[in-house]
Amino acid sequence: MTTMPNIELAKATVAEVADEAATKVVAREVNVYYADKHALHDVSIDIPEKAVTAFIGPSGCGKSTFLRCINRMNDTISICRVSGRIEIDGSDIYDRNLDPVQLRAKVGMVFQKPNPFPKSIYENVAYGPRIHGLTSSKADLDEVVTMSLKRAGLYEEVKDRLASPGTGLSGGQQQRLCIARAIAVNPEVILMDEPCSALDPIATAKIEELIDELRENYTIVIVTHSMQQAARVSQRTAFFHLGKLVEEGPTEQIFTAPQDKRTQDYITGRFG
Amino acid sequence: MTDIAAPPQGARRFGLSSAEAQARLRRRHAAEARFRAYGIGAIALAAIFLVVLIGDVIVKAMPAFTEYRLTMTVTPTLEQVSSDGTTDPQALRSGDYDAVLRRGLQELFPQVTTRALRRKLNNDLLSSGAAMTLRNRVLADPSAIGQPVTIEALLDDAADLYLKGLMTGRRESVGQGQAQVTLDGEDVVLTSSAPDFARALAEVKESLREEAAADRREAARLTAAAADVAGDQREALQKRIADLEGDAAAAEARAAAADAPERLTADLPSKLVFINGGIVKLTEIGASEARGTVLVPLANTDAVTAGGWDILTLTQPEANRRLDDQVVAWLEDLKQRGMVASHFASRFFTSGDSREPEQAGILGALIGSALTMLVTLVLCLPIGVGAAVYLEEFAPKNRLTDLIEVNINNLAAVPSIVFGLLGLAMFLNFFGLPRSAPLVGGLVLALLVLPTIIIASRAALKSVPPSIREAALGIGASHQQAVFHHVLPLAMPGIMTGTIIGMAHALGETAPLLLIGMVAFIVDVPGSITDAATALPVQIYLWSDLPEPLFQAKTAAAILVLLAFLFIMNGLAILLRRRFERRW
Repeated sequence: MTTMPNIELAKATVAEVADEAATKVVAREVNVYYADKHALHDVSIDIPEKAVTAFIGPSGCGKSTFLRCINRMNDTISICRVSGRIEIDGSDIYDRNLDPVQLRAKVGMVFQKPNPFPKSIYENVAYGPRIHGLTSSKADLDEVVTMSLKRAGLYEEVKDRLASPGTGLSGGQQQRLCIARAIAVNPEVILMDEPCSALDPIATAKIEELIDELRENYTIVIVTHSMQQAARVSQRTAFFHLGKLVEEGPTEQIFTAPQDKRTQDYITGRFG
Repeated sequence: MTDIAAPPQGARRFGLSSAEAQARLRRRHAAEARFRAYGIGAIALAAIFLVVLIGDVIVKAMPAFTEYRLTMTVTPTLEQVSSDGTTDPQALRSGDYDAVLRRGLQELFPQVTTRALRRKLNNDLLSSGAAMTLRNRVLADPSAIGQPVTIEALLDDAADLYLKGLMTGRRESVGQGQAQVTLDGEDVVLTSSAPDFARALAEVKESLREEAAADRREAARLTAAAADVAGDQREALQKRIADLEGDAAAAEARAAAADAPERLTADLPSKLVFINGGIVKLTEIGASEARGTVLVPLANTDAVTAGGWDILTLTQPEANRRLDDQVVAWLEDLKQRGMVASHFASRFFTSGDSREPEQAGILGALIGSALTMLVTLVLCLPIGVGAAVYLEEFAPKNRLTDLIEVNINNLAAVPSIVFGLLGLAMFLNFFGLPRSAPLVGGLVLALLVLPTIIIASRAALKSVPPSIREAALGIGASHQQAVFHHVLPLAMPGIMTGTIIGMAHALGETAPLLLIGMVAFIVDVPGSITDAATALPVQIYLWSDLPEPLFQAKTAAAILVLLAFLFIMNGLAILLRRRFERRW
């Protein structure tokens, strides 16, 4: 059908961008099946390093599914099957010899609903470094926790109650705690699956600000339902529709001069 | 979008104020109120049943928590309490303490001289536990030998029951007139200036009438029964009916002759007269005077003014009770002397089972149950939780795991006696483990509880929100780390609940324990899991089967102990649960 030329076009765009920034994640012809359902069709995309890439599209279009392929979270769903190739820094993450647990330490994830552990704020952040043996002493761990909370912009708000439960924080604070928890293990890529959909506008603004700051050090991929958010925080945007990657390019271009009719319809609010 | 705002042409309008709508609203409110009423009714009914049940058990158990003791002073002599004349503990252990008590009783009632009465005094008043009390006292302090020792001797269960008012109804009436006492050989003749004895005679006649009515009812019942049988059986029945009719007619005739004197036989309520410090059992009552035998000697034969003497009626005829009038008289005398008193029966909580109802205690069964529960818990908590974690989190989903799952669910529904048979065949016969031991009981009950714990634990694991699992996986925890660090702690309250339910179930289980021999009569309190023991529900079952009224009371008391055990166990579990409980 008419989708093929668009994918070609998208690849070309990636090639252009690749000159400016190094590519962190490369996906080629990724297909995902849930039992018999073909959820993702031949997705190929390059995700640049130290930039925010937004995935947009209507519900059920496969953007979250693709996101979860990048840290192999789909492995936990027994009926899910992934084919194709995804590389991070040139190495195949679906390699037989690669331990998905190691991969997930490198590719952190923040979920739609804030999901702090029902433990103290300190324990929430310290859990990752502890299981990966990243710190050698209590003081070291304290420092990592403090640093992570500071980077997540939460430290000032919680420094006096690190021992109180993480679940007692407000929604926005919980989500920033989850971000602190994710960056505490020093990942290279952070995947965010609609991180603001359960938050109020003020908390959302804080998270968006935070994402913008984190871009300095991390490669961020964010799935969002809000086109304004995608426009605000991302440098590149990919539009998914019905399990296919329709169009991908610099955010400005996607929002101002979309190449595909469907992208245009979606952005202008004709559907979705 | 905007199309929705305006109602389409011809759409029905829903008025919320129309009469029809009001009626609908009323109906809905009525339905809701009705449903609420059903709910409250159901809860109230359940509460009433519970209160009645517990109340009934408590009322029935009360006699088991008190015991009557006779405070008596005895002087143990060395030749009585020591088998070889030394104060060596071994020799003191086998002494004849009953002899000491016999002498003590003799001193209390010096007028008892005939062999038959002495035997009655020695056998019917005190429990065999009294000698044990004395022995322990002497063993603890051998210097007491030869000195007067005051002990609280446990009364025999029949005497105990009488004093608790459970053996017979008692009716006391104070003498209204001046009483004269005349000795007539062995007997005593009593007269009163008021119609005290006429009233007593009327009571006897009333008893006769009741007896006659009871005979007639029985005869009518037998007549109906006789219609259905034939031959010899019928003849026997007809003979019995004729006897009953004859008895009834005779009793009625006696009752009808209002002023004719009556002999008080053993099948009529007994009447004891308390007068001049003694007790006279009436044997014959006339309208103005009564004749009786002396059970406890009178101090003198002086006339007694109105109010200074009493007539005690024991409504249960002597022939129908275990304690005869002589022993009752001794007990009443001791009571008047202030020597018998009710005490809290701590013995019930500190001793094992016994053939003597007044000495039987619950401690053996309690410890047996506790040891059994310990074995059960230690076995089934780790195994059950381990199985649940593996099946729920790690097992590949295939036909084999499905089969295992189905079988676990089926096991939960297997009758407990089947587990008992399994325990008998496996643990006793094959492995040769000791019979009646809490170890085997615990093993069998663990089998019984395992399915419950596994099912509850799996449900608890399943109910942990997947977001927690994803959070852990998302920062690079392995599956196992996610399960053991996050999922399992969150599932712990649910697992605890399942374990509590399972353990409570096991605690009340009787059938499997019967099969592995925990039903044996065991006096000793078990000291380890391999000692012979019994368990609380089995003890209840054993006692409930015994005819003695005091054992019936102990049955109810044991039920209370079982319930208390259960509450304490559940309370502990709830405390533990609280500690594990976290919100998410």
